[in-house]
Amino acid sequence: MEYFIQQLVNGLTLGSIYGLIAIGYTMVYGIIGMINFAHGDIFMVGAFIALATFLALVTLGFASLPLILLIVIIVAMMFTSAWGWTVERLAYRPLRGSFRLAPLITAIGMSIVLQNFVQITQGARVKPLPPQIQGGVTLMQGSTENGTIVVQLSYMQMIIIATTLVLMTGFSLLISRTSLGRAQRACEQDAKMAALVGVNVDRTISLTFVMGAALAAVAGFMFLLLYGVIDFYIGFLAGVKAFTAAVLGGIGSLPGAMLGGILIGLIEVMWSGYFTVEYKDVAAFSILAIVLIFLPSGLLGRPEVEKV
Amino acid sequence: MAAGMPANGRVDRNAIGESLKDAAVAAGLAAILGFFFLALRTDIATGGLELTTRWQLYFLAVAIVFAGRMVLNVLVFRTERPVTKTILSASSAFGARLGALGGWAGRILFVFAVLLPFFLSYFFPQQQRQYIDLAILIMTYIMLGWGLNIVVGLAGLLDLGYVAFYAVGAYSFALLAQFFHLGFWTALPLAGILAAFWGVILGFPVLRLRGDYLAIVTLAFGEIIRIVLLNWYTFTNGPDGISGIPKPTFFGLQLARGEGSFADFFGIEYAPIHRFIYLYYIIFLLAIVTNLVTIRLRRLPVGRAWEALREDEIACRSLGINTRNTKLTAFAIGAMFGGFAGSFFATRQGFISPESFTFIESATILAIVVLGGLGSQIGVVIASVVLIGGLEVLRNLDFLREIFGAGFDPTRYRMLIFGLAMVLIMVWKPRGLVASREPTAVLKEKKKIGADMVAQGEGH
Repeated sequence: MEYFIQQLVNGLTLGSIYGLIAIGYTMVYGIIGMINFAHGDIFMVGAFIALATFLALVTLGFASLPLILLIVIIVAMMFTSAWGWTVERLAYRPLRGSFRLAPLITAIGMSIVLQNFVQITQGARVKPLPPQIQGGVTLMQGSTENGTIVVQLSYMQMIIIATTLVLMTGFSLLISRTSLGRAQRACEQDAKMAALVGVNVDRTISLTFVMGAALAAVAGFMFLLLYGVIDFYIGFLAGVKAFTAAVLGGIGSLPGAMLGGILIGLIEVMWSGYFTVEYKDVAAFSILAIVLIFLPSGLLGRPEVEKV
Repeated sequence: MAAGMPANGRVDRNAIGESLKDAAVAAGLAAILGFFFLALRTDIATGGLELTTRWQLYFLAVAIVFAGRMVLNVLVFRTERPVTKTILSASSAFGARLGALGGWAGRILFVFAVLLPFFLSYFFPQQQRQYIDLAILIMTYIMLGWGLNIVVGLAGLLDLGYVAFYAVGAYSFALLAQFFHLGFWTALPLAGILAAFWGVILGFPVLRLRGDYLAIVTLAFGEIIRIVLLNWYTFTNGPDGISGIPKPTFFGLQLARGEGSFADFFGIEYAPIHRFIYLYYIIFLLAIVTNLVTIRLRRLPVGRAWEALREDEIACRSLGINTRNTKLTAFAIGAMFGGFAGSFFATRQGFISPESFTFIESATILAIVVLGGLGSQIGVVIASVVLIGGLEVLRNLDFLREIFGAGFDPTRYRMLIFGLAMVLIMVWKPRGLVASREPTAVLKEKKKIGADMVAQGEGH
């Protein structure tokens, strides 16, 4: 029981990270109907920017950890947004209105470019960061024949879950209350009509990419804190899993992306905890296939109507 | 990295001033993007990570972006007579001509490919082995490209996990040789059948999906197969791979030194190069078979159904075409050729491990098909030569080291350039290099359809 609860906590933490990345996929898919294949690598870029900022702040002599974390999050969000914007501008915008495979190919190309750019400029070796936030609270204690098991909620997990909650709330408000969010929803429903009533479609799409990248940057920083190690290749797996989360929750739906992320995180952690660690990725991939085949509109998504 | 495309196609009167402003914006963007990657670098040092600065590189990169953008503005984006216009029209004329001359260009390339080993041994006796190796590699990708072309180009099903069938073929042959001591020629059809079988198994559940969803599920299947190969240690030997895969024989004759070998039988002097030339002809034969089968299939009802499916699935269904079977045959036949290529890969390398079957391999093959022009056979050849040959040329550019200093290693930039080329070619010519798509089934006379006039069939 204690073991299960501990896994639940771990799963929620990991799931929050997947959820943050999944929002980027779901929004982009919702608005222009393409899989932004490079989004996983934007997440990786965000993690690297966060790492460099963190080190720079420590070198500059900042002592207060909460202040450092705050600055790192803001800087990473800003700079990663610039990357998201550039990728859209370079690789997707020129192909708007082209046939459907074209942006997918450039997305794969962009993914290769980002990975190799980071590998060349930052080196191929993994970057280990010692755990920065230590300690936690003990939730419950139990004893088994092998000794005692402690269910612990570390401060780091709290920070990750809390940040995700704050960002999600702010983001939902942004989408539901502001004019930008309204434009975004309008483009999602019908881009042509939105353009006719005066919505700047190109700008809205760019901002969608910027927002997705900003959330991915936070996810990247969380990933760095949680695992303490990043390399240029983390984007691929995390990207596919986050996409799975977006599909599971129903693509185009924001709460769905979060729900899907948490479910994927839980499934991955439970699978590793109770079955085999080696096949945890197979579990995630299989869920992707199963969901798409049997539940193509996801848990919270609208069924897609086929127009002739 | 260069910054965005022109804001719009308008030509400004104040061209130079606008260009300068635009180039400054681009340089500013490069400065923002590059700051954490070019100016700063994290390295592992004693006592944790260490941050080093590289201001020189950073400012150089920003300056290059400024200059590059300025040159582009002056020559291409903000002028009334952009240089690319001439290049573009020349190249599209070239593409159209290639499409029209498809038969002739194909024949010339065929003759060239047949004579290639002799040509190489005559002109480059020194680097013969290296060049033959490269030719084998390119030919393998041509074959894979043709195989995937059936699925993506003809049937319009986007498959991002094609490498799975390549892996199934390679592992089928390696395991059959290991456990049942089968030779290459006996195992080859079996590997093809097994791969086709897997094509049906993986294809069956995903038939209802279309477009991007199909792509991502096939990617997942490709990764699942790789992870299983990696972790099923007792059967596949896991990450250590399988070695000692037998070489192909020539009607039972070994291409090796000694009694009863190829050289011994024909009474010629043994040379190690014979084996490579033989391998080259095997893959050449396999590739030609793939091509001929594809060309024939296009004229059969099933091939026409594929093309109809690509153009409009709903129309297909209402015309009574069995879309399920049509898609499955495309998947199975494409997978079968992937399997053939896989077993050739196994016998050529003599060693395989899951590392050879990563996603990047699928992406490369897909890039070849799409950049070549979907459904175009000659386009696949051109794209393979450009992409794979280009990568190898880059590996051998020693003179760059003299320019950039001894520490400069061009191979590090291979994949970066590869990715950039994918993006640039796609943005430049979204329909691929050879972008003319002619209907193969015609009523009275052939009418040419400009490729960009045809919407990709996604059901709308």
